[in-house]
Amino acid sequence: MTVETINKNQQENIISDRQARKSFFSIFLKWEWLLFVLILLVIFINTRLSPFFLNAINLSRTSSDFMEIGLMMLPMVLIIVTGNIDLSVASNMGMSASLMGLMHNMGINIWLAALAGLTLGTLGGVLNGYLVAYVKLPSLVVTLGTFAFFRGIAFGFLGDQAARNYPSQFTFIGQGRVFDTLIPFSVVLFIALALIFGLVLHRTIIGRQLYAIGNNEPAAKYSGVPVEKIKFILFIVSGFISALAGLVLAARFGSTRPDNGTGLELAVITAAVLGGLDINGGKGSMYGATLALVLIGLLRFGMGLLNIQSQVQSMVIGLLLIVSILVPHIGQQIRFLKQVKFRWQSILMTVGLLVVFTAFFIFFFWSRAPIIAQF
Amino acid sequence: MKNRYLIISLVTLIIFSFALSACAPADPEPPVVEDVEEVEEVADPAECENYVLVPKNLGNPYFDTGNVGAQEAAGELGITVLYQGSATADASEQITLLNSLIAQQVCGLAISANDEDALVPTGQAAMEAGIAVVTWDSAIAPAGRDLHINQAELEGIGRVQIEMASRLAGPDGGEIAILSATSTAPNQNAWIEVMEQVLTEPEYANLELVEIVYGDDDDTKSYNEAQALFTKYPDLKVIIAPTTVGIAASARAVTDADLIGQVFVTGLGTPNQMREYVKNGSAPEFALWNPADLAYLSVYAMHALATGEIQASAGETFTAGRLGEYTVEDDPDLGLNVLLGAPFVYDADNIDDFDW
Repeated sequence: MTVETINKNQQENIISDRQARKSFFSIFLKWEWLLFVLILLVIFINTRLSPFFLNAINLSRTSSDFMEIGLMMLPMVLIIVTGNIDLSVASNMGMSASLMGLMHNMGINIWLAALAGLTLGTLGGVLNGYLVAYVKLPSLVVTLGTFAFFRGIAFGFLGDQAARNYPSQFTFIGQGRVFDTLIPFSVVLFIALALIFGLVLHRTIIGRQLYAIGNNEPAAKYSGVPVEKIKFILFIVSGFISALAGLVLAARFGSTRPDNGTGLELAVITAAVLGGLDINGGKGSMYGATLALVLIGLLRFGMGLLNIQSQVQSMVIGLLLIVSILVPHIGQQIRFLKQVKFRWQSILMTVGLLVVFTAFFIFFFWSRAPIIAQF
Repeated sequence: MKNRYLIISLVTLIIFSFALSACAPADPEPPVVEDVEEVEEVADPAECENYVLVPKNLGNPYFDTGNVGAQEAAGELGITVLYQGSATADASEQITLLNSLIAQQVCGLAISANDEDALVPTGQAAMEAGIAVVTWDSAIAPAGRDLHINQAELEGIGRVQIEMASRLAGPDGGEIAILSATSTAPNQNAWIEVMEQVLTEPEYANLELVEIVYGDDDDTKSYNEAQALFTKYPDLKVIIAPTTVGIAASARAVTDADLIGQVFVTGLGTPNQMREYVKNGSAPEFALWNPADLAYLSVYAMHALATGEIQASAGETFTAGRLGEYTVEDDPDLGLNVLLGAPFVYDADNIDDFDW
C-alpha cells in the first residue's frame, strides 16, 4: 500500500466515524430548533410586556452591544469543538486595543495603530497556540496564564490613562450604520465572519477534522489529522479575532481603557455552551452558538426593559445555561429508564430540576415585585 | 424513544421560558399598555415622571445612601426615580443598561459613570432621544451629558479641614500636623496647598503646621507615621488626614496610645469606618460630601432639565428643595456643572444617620 492509499483509508475512517455519529448529531440539530423556539417565545412575550421591545432603533442599538462577544465566540466555537478553550480572549482584546490607544495618543495614524493592535493580538494567539499545540500544555492552564498576562500588558500600555478622540472614520466600525439603514456595521461584520466560520466548520474537511480532534484526539492524530498545526492555527485566529473585537469595542466606546472588556470571556463561553457545544469537544454547531447569542441578547434586552436588576439577569442566564446542560442529560436518563426500568438517579435529577425551578420562580417574583407594585 | 426525549425537553423548555419572561402575565399586562400610552403622549415635558438614578454598581452602600436622598427628592417633586445599576462597576455593562433605559424613553438619567469616555456615545444617544442627562459622583466627559453635579471643590475641601482643626485645637490654637497619602497624590497635594493658604489667614494665626508626613495610603505605615508624630511633638493638638486610610489609622493610633482628648484626628473619612472613633472621641468630627445630598441635588437638576426649567447653559439658576438655590457654572475642565457646596461635617450627633 502506498502512503496515499493509507491516507485515503484514514480519511474514510474519519468519515465513517462521522456517519456513526450522525444519529446523535441529528438530536443536536433539534437543540438548535429548541433555541429557535425559545427566541420566538422571548420575542413574543417581551413584545407583549414592553412596547419598546420591537423598536428598530432600540434593537439596532442593543445588537451592537453584543457584537464583541459574538466576534470572539466564532473562533471560540472551533476551539471548543476540538475540546480546548481560550480564556484569554477578553484580555487579548484589552491588550490589543490598549496598544492601539497608546499609539493613537502618541499621534500615530489610527489605521497604523489599529494594524499594530491586530498584529499584537495575533502574536498573543501565536503564544497561546505554540504552548498548547507544540509544548502540549493544557489550553485551560495556558490561557488562564495569558488571561492575566495580557491584561497586565494592557495596563502597562495605558496605566490609568485613557485613549480618546478617535477619528469618526474609525468609530464608524463600532457606532456606524450601513448605508443609512439601521443595521450597525459591527453586525454586518459579525454576520460575514459567522458565515465564513460556519462554512469552515460545517462544509470543509478542516471542519470535520476539528470534530475528529474533539471526539478522540489520539485517534484523529493517528488517522493523519495534523492536530498540532490545526490547534496552532486556531489559537492564532482566536488572537486575531479578539484583537478585531477590541477595535470594535474601542470604536463603539470612542475610547480605550486597559480594563475594557474585563470578564467578557465568560459571556463568550456562556453563549457557546448554551448553543449546544460540548465543553469536552466533538459536539455542537455554529448555528446553535449564534442562536444562543441572539437568545442571550434578546433576553438581556427584554429584562432590561422590564427594569429587572442586573444581578437577577445574570442569574437567569446562568440558570438557562444549567438547564441547557441538564435537559439532554435528563433525556438520556429517561431513555435509560425505558431500558433498565428504574434508576434512582433520574428521580434525583428530576427533584434537582424542580428545586432549580422553584428557586427561580421565587427569585423572579422577588425581583419583579417592586415593578409589579408600580403598575 | 427519541421522540419522547424530545417532547419532554421541549415541554420543559417551554415551561421554563414562560417562567423566564412572564411570571405573572395576568396582572401586569393591561396596565403596562396604558402606562405606555401615557409615556408616549408626554409631548409636554412638564408632565414627565419617570427618572432613573444609575449608580456605578448595585450593592454599594455609598450609592445606596445616594438613593435615599434621590427618593426624598422624588417624593417632594412627585416623580418616580428608579434606582437601576449594573451588577459590577463595568462600563460595557453600564452601557447595556443605559441602552435599555433609553429605549424606555425615560425622562431623565442621573449617572455615576464607570468610564468617563466610553459612556460619551451612549450619553449623546440619550440626549438625542430627548432625555435629560446629568452625572453625579463620577462624570461623563462634557460632550456626553448636559450637567455634572460636582461633589467637591478644591477650596471647600481644603478649608473645611482647617476649620475643623481650629475647632478641635480650641481657642488657644496649637501645633497641627498633616498625615497625607503619597507625596505625589494630586488630590491630596492640591488640598494641602489650599490648607496652607487658609492657615495664613489671621483667624488661624494661632495654628502652627509643624510637619507634613505621608502614610502612602497604607494602613500600617499611616499608623506608624501618626505614632511618630505625637512622639516627636508632645504638644501636638491635631492631626489632619485628608485621606480615608490615613484618618482611620491615625484615630486608631491615638486610641491605642491612650491620647484621646489630648490629640485629635480630623480630615476626610467615611461614616462606617470612622463611627467608632467619633464615638470614643479620638476623631470627634471629619468631613466628606454627603452622597444623599448629592443624589438629592442630582434629581432636582435632572428634573429641572427635563421640564425645561433650565436648558443647560452657564448662569442659569434653579432651586433644589431643602438645599436651596443653585447656579449652573462653566468650567474649562468639568464643562457645565453644579457645585453641591461645602463638604458635609460628620460628628457624634449625625453619624448614626449614615450607613456607608
